[in-house]
Amino acid sequence: MTDLQTPAALGDVRVSRAIELVWREADLLDRKDYATWQGLYADDGVYVIPIDHDAEQFDDVLNMVYDDRRMRRLRVNRMTEGYAIAAVDSATTVRTVSRFVPTAVTDTEVSVRAAQVLVAYKRGKHDLWAADVDYTVRLGAEDTIARKVIRLVNSEDAVPAAGFLL
Amino acid sequence: MTAEITANNVHDLAPADLVAPDRVAGRIYTDPEIFELEMARIFERTWVWVAHDSELPGPGTFKSTHVGRQPVIVTRDRQGVLRTMLNRCRHRGASVCERKTGRANGFTCPYHAWSYGLDGSLRGLPYPDGYAGVMDRSGMGLKQLRTESYGGMVFATFAEDAEPLAEFLGDARTWIDRFMKQGGGYPVKVLGTHRFRFSGNWKIQLENTTDGYHFPIVHRSWMASVDAETADMMSFMTDPEAITHDLGNGHSVMQMVPEHSDLDADDGSEKLQDRFNDLISQLESAGVDQAEIRRLVRAMHGTGFNLNLFPNVSMSISFFRVLRPISVGETEIEHIAIGPDGPPEITGPVNRERLRAHEHFQGPFGFGTPDDAEGWDRVQRGTAAAPEMPIMVNRGLGREKPSLQGWPTSHVTDETGMRAAYEKWKRMMCDD
Repeated sequence: MTDLQTPAALGDVRVSRAIELVWREADLLDRKDYATWQGLYADDGVYVIPIDHDAEQFDDVLNMVYDDRRMRRLRVNRMTEGYAIAAVDSATTVRTVSRFVPTAVTDTEVSVRAAQVLVAYKRGKHDLWAADVDYTVRLGAEDTIARKVIRLVNSEDAVPAAGFLL
Repeated sequence: MTAEITANNVHDLAPADLVAPDRVAGRIYTDPEIFELEMARIFERTWVWVAHDSELPGPGTFKSTHVGRQPVIVTRDRQGVLRTMLNRCRHRGASVCERKTGRANGFTCPYHAWSYGLDGSLRGLPYPDGYAGVMDRSGMGLKQLRTESYGGMVFATFAEDAEPLAEFLGDARTWIDRFMKQGGGYPVKVLGTHRFRFSGNWKIQLENTTDGYHFPIVHRSWMASVDAETADMMSFMTDPEAITHDLGNGHSVMQMVPEHSDLDADDGSEKLQDRFNDLISQLESAGVDQAEIRRLVRAMHGTGFNLNLFPNVSMSISFFRVLRPISVGETEIEHIAIGPDGPPEITGPVNRERLRAHEHFQGPFGFGTPDDAEGWDRVQRGTAAAPEMPIMVNRGLGREKPSLQGWPTSHVTDETGMRAAYEKWKRMMCDD
């Protein structure tokens, strides 16, 4: 008889809370509900799409996106106010986030890494966006995202110009 | 004289006949045969930008890129000489380098281990006895392209008989010198590169870097996201001082913020923008004197113009925009961020600010680029209709006049720069 290993990750309610928030975020982004989406972030939260797949510091390098609260607010305005022709006519997206691996778990903060596969469809063409994603979720009365780093597998190569968010 | 272009003759006319002084036929965006000719007659015959000097910071550094569709490696060899070589083994054709940038002693083909020096010479191959009496190794180095640079801008050409680069650039050289003043007293270096693709012909991008007319329309979203001072600075639509010059040889310069065309011309009356107050405090804390702070901060906006160098690079305000044709309907663009190269305590804070400003507008998720790309995609889709129907490049023809220097000149929203590029295109695409 073989002993089953304890499923430490998914059995941990702190981790499952973090994963639920990640899924909620993915759903909001696919539905392009950006106003609600920005409310998921902590005030000091950052949202990053680096060019260097392995970057951990983003201040002194060029990124595709490196948004703090102010830039997120401006970006949501851009995506919703109707002036940005790329956002007005943006691709339809469907994303799956899975392959979660908890990397640090405390009672106040959970970090996980995950895989995201996103398909964007526009005008007869499907684009594939594959990424490793790091999330740090802050647990509290309301759980918030403190850090999200989307590490595209092709971050150093050319990607399409996007009218949506990863 | 160009014949009238009709639906009946558009597919029979030679490419050069599809370009008139004030219009071009839509077919030049969509015809794969014209694209093939462009690669041979333009990209393999003229000077093509391949690198900035700072991307090759010392002997043994390299960058892999393309000239037209052909993969090349740009190196700085042991003697410090810049070289451009085809990224193709002389044995059976495999690429010898698949890294974008780096440092190396040479390049070894992974297939049969033929190895080449940084100067492209064939240094060694395994089991050489098989070539005894068959091949002179000295002629089997990586194929070299002529490589020359001006003002830190490195160009290469397949044409052994091309004019010297300085002659090719001509009057554009003055503007390259002015562009580099945004180092604020330091040399300019590359800080990072955004890369993206759009589904459209390369000439749509070529036109766009000299298209002032689209700015407040396509970039309304960006304008709405910046502070009032920056939005005001980029409000050039009715500014009579904002002008575009045709510099000859297909090159043009579009001055959107003419008061920043020469950053050395500063009478002290321009107030530094409030959004740089934190940066100014950091520079003061680092002991930088007020004159240098003013130079660096005024240069935060880059220079006040886009210098468009035919066929593949634009020195755009504060960055380089490089185009690479992939196919008749697909183009890759690089947006290369630049900043001053100096002591980290001084240029560190400056470049952090420059990087954030670049991310704000440029790249695949910027507040500007995706809207440009959407416009370009739509041009490609639209020009599938009526290949004979002209793309209009006539804006401002009625008010175009020579400047004091003799450059054809019109307002910044006019299509003088596009006409300059298409005149060059037409000359290069002629059959004779």
